[in-house]
Amino acid sequence: MSRILLEGKNLTKTFPAGKNQRVHALTDVSLKLFEGETLGLVGESGCGKSTLGRVMIRMLEPDSGEVFLLGSSLTKMPDKLFRPVRPKLQLVFQDPYASLDPRMRVRELIAEPLDTWHPEYSRETVTDRVLELMEAVGIPREYLLRYPHEFSGGQRQRIGIARALAADPRLIVCDEPVSALDVSVQNQILNLLKDLQKERNLTYLFISHDLNVVRHISGRICVMFLGMVCETGPADEVCSAPLHPYTRFLINSVPAPDPRKKTDAGALLSGEIPSPVRPPSGCRFRTRCPYATALCAEQVPPLQAVGSREIACHYPLK
Amino acid sequence: MNDNMLEIRNLCVSFPTDKGEVKAAADVSLTVPKGKIAGIVGESGCGKSVTARSVMGLIRRPGRVTAGEILLDGREILHLPEKEKCRLRGSEMSMIFQEPMTSLNPVVRVGKQVEETVLLHEQLSGTAARKRVLEMLEAVGIADPQKRYNAWPHQLSGGLRQRVMIAMAMICRPKLLIADEPTTALDVTVEAQILQLMRRLCEGGTSVLLISHNLGVIAQVCDRVSVMYAGRVVESADTDTLFDRPMHPYTRGLMRAVSSLQENGEHLDTIPGTVPDLNHLPEGCSFSPRCSLCADGCRQRMPELEEIMPGHTVRCFRPGEEAEA
Amino acid sequence: MRKKQTGAASGISFETDRSRWTAPLRDLLHHNKIAVVSAVIILLLVLAACLAPVLTPYGETQMDLMNRLSPPSAKHWLGTDEGGRDILTRMLYGSRISLMVGIVPSLLSLVLGTALGMLAGFRGGKTDAVIMRAADIMLAFPSILLAMVIMYTLGGDLPAVFLTLTLVNWAEVARITRAETLRLKENEYVEAARVIGVSRMRIMLRHILPNCLPTLIVLFTLNVPAAIMTESSLSFLGLGIQPPYASWGRMINIGRQYLYTAPWLCFAPGAAIMVCVLAFHFLGDGLRDALDPHLKKR
Repeated sequence: MSRILLEGKNLTKTFPAGKNQRVHALTDVSLKLFEGETLGLVGESGCGKSTLGRVMIRMLEPDSGEVFLLGSSLTKMPDKLFRPVRPKLQLVFQDPYASLDPRMRVRELIAEPLDTWHPEYSRETVTDRVLELMEAVGIPREYLLRYPHEFSGGQRQRIGIARALAADPRLIVCDEPVSALDVSVQNQILNLLKDLQKERNLTYLFISHDLNVVRHISGRICVMFLGMVCETGPADEVCSAPLHPYTRFLINSVPAPDPRKKTDAGALLSGEIPSPVRPPSGCRFRTRCPYATALCAEQVPPLQAVGSREIACHYPLK
Repeated sequence: MNDNMLEIRNLCVSFPTDKGEVKAAADVSLTVPKGKIAGIVGESGCGKSVTARSVMGLIRRPGRVTAGEILLDGREILHLPEKEKCRLRGSEMSMIFQEPMTSLNPVVRVGKQVEETVLLHEQLSGTAARKRVLEMLEAVGIADPQKRYNAWPHQLSGGLRQRVMIAMAMICRPKLLIADEPTTALDVTVEAQILQLMRRLCEGGTSVLLISHNLGVIAQVCDRVSVMYAGRVVESADTDTLFDRPMHPYTRGLMRAVSSLQENGEHLDTIPGTVPDLNHLPEGCSFSPRCSLCADGCRQRMPELEEIMPGHTVRCFRPGEEAEA
Repeated sequence: MRKKQTGAASGISFETDRSRWTAPLRDLLHHNKIAVVSAVIILLLVLAACLAPVLTPYGETQMDLMNRLSPPSAKHWLGTDEGGRDILTRMLYGSRISLMVGIVPSLLSLVLGTALGMLAGFRGGKTDAVIMRAADIMLAFPSILLAMVIMYTLGGDLPAVFLTLTLVNWAEVARITRAETLRLKENEYVEAARVIGVSRMRIMLRHILPNCLPTLIVLFTLNVPAAIMTESSLSFLGLGIQPPYASWGRMINIGRQYLYTAPWLCFAPGAAIMVCVLAFHFLGDGLRDALDPHLKKR
């Protein structure tokens, strides 16, 4: 039974949104991440998944709540103590075009973590390590001195992954790493991530809006909506037998690549996603939920364990 | 009697770049039958957007259409003077784009923007126009159209904005609607609603040309599909046929890549390599470097688009063959 | 043109057909001939300034009162001024002053302004507030007024002129650098560097500063002529370079009195200033286009 690597408890985070308003990105979110697993965070815009990913690895400070790394509080750790922990918690970004400094060559980009954390390495050692990493992520060695703009989107994403690996992490938060890529390239990157996880014993927090991708790569899934966790559980179970109404609608809405399995119009959600600036009271999903009652407006449904799942709903499905 | 609302024949579009002339679209031929939804699917750089924009005449200099014909309801429109094209846009054919955020004027209320479109093409009084706009907003599924009429674009969510775009595009009841990745920037629950809307519009008699990179969207909504790769159409068929019996190795690769995501295997199927740079296309068939069926002949000549079954065309020397294990 | 570079211990050779600086220079050569011509002109001016004693038989302050205000001739290619001094000679020696007055303060204010601006933009908070208020105060005064005050206090020698022009200029550089820093800070690759654990100083120096460079270079090339102009305004007020030395600006201002009788006194230095200003402007434009990878790539 693997131990809990990261645990977020009651995390709340808001951002200013001009004119005395705040965006409620996260509200009382709790999440457990086990060592060696891939936990998928899935949801639509405004659900807070990117924010949660960053709070969990202390790239953002929560307004309230705490994150624990192997039991010790990450949030309350003083900066000096946190510094050696920083490389262990890495991030791969969504946009392969924006996340690499256009003025740096591949060698410099991948060497940056090595230079930062291993100043004792000689220039030769650094170059050797960089070449190893390039090979591990599938970039030809000859491209060592090229600039980012000379690569395709998929290759840039590989460079981003190599950078994250160079820091020798235990956990990598993958923030929509394949959303900007074509489907054939997307699969290559997903395969790469899976291989790397096995080779290096990594833990992934995989954030995506694409349910198909998340389901494939994750062991467990956490479905979020407007800053709240709706449902957490084993990926296959959640996708085949969802307990939260939102999860079910989400699954129904994904267009299946099979002309014979046409989306049932009646099984779709109506209405728009509420604004995270003025979220509905009680259960955030209630304005779109066909099963909502007065109770849903008054009380925020607590996250409760149901077998291997956790669900926050007053009226879970079946 | 012509069955096709739109016919594109041997379209070629070129863009001059530092490194020479790039053929963004070469020898593209496809049809949109009347009252149906036809789709173009492909990955980035395949030329699908360029094709769509050529129909509307939106190719900006220095790019230009170098060859081909485009027939709208039997009438050649590619070589019409600009003034005639302007008259057609909005009234007989219209287009919606991927980013509703940037397609709407941020300083004009949405109702007014839709009204502008109808007043441009039809002689209506202010009241009649407004009434039309409200009907249209309701028809595209906007709840409380009175309230939304006076909204500013930034007050609306992505889904609502896209509906406004569709309202603008449909208000003059065009014969053809071109939708360029209309749901790519939207959340999945909203995307599903917009796709339903598009089907309804089609049932109302409009023909639709839908561009997407998402096979799921194509499968849900389109009656016919053309697959494009590196500027050319490589396969064209009914949706059911294409998904059941894809013939071109690229189409098959794409289908397998997408379906392996649904399965529970360890590794996902991929197409080895990457999409070629349009400046450095390989000799012969553009797909040859990545193709498991590639033979010597494939590297020497570009295959033609041939009809191997009624309604099913493929651009391949070895269509439908399986790779040796 | 491919440059071969040998990889470290692995003994593999890597090819790159671009290096950080030769590629932009080649771009410049191919696409922007005017910039190249401008660079050549500036180089020639600098050379002429350095080689002044060699290029002219006359001394810098050698006067010949018998030949005051004589028009251009074989003996004096650009004529003589009101003291009988050879104008070409004055121009050559004057170019030293003018170019130094253009370049040195611009460089100093660039360094000072960049350091302060980046610091303000990156750290925010109190640091930002203090630095920006100081900059605002400097900018609130008309630069000439400020220059006058400083020159009165410090006297009229060359270092004083440098100091004045530096002080007058740094605030604008700081403002611009701060704005660039704020913008660049939001880039995802800065967040990426933070997540790696790169220290704030290194982020500023490696990720933000190099991306500010195009703007800063253009700013520099615009400040040089501005400094030359400011100095000539100071000369007009009697505060700039004192006689018997002369900068171009001073030569024009003196020559004003003789505009109708001996127009060549103004013409040469005027033309020189114009050519110099234009050359720097074109070079700045060309460099900015060449150094910006976003414009470079399709």
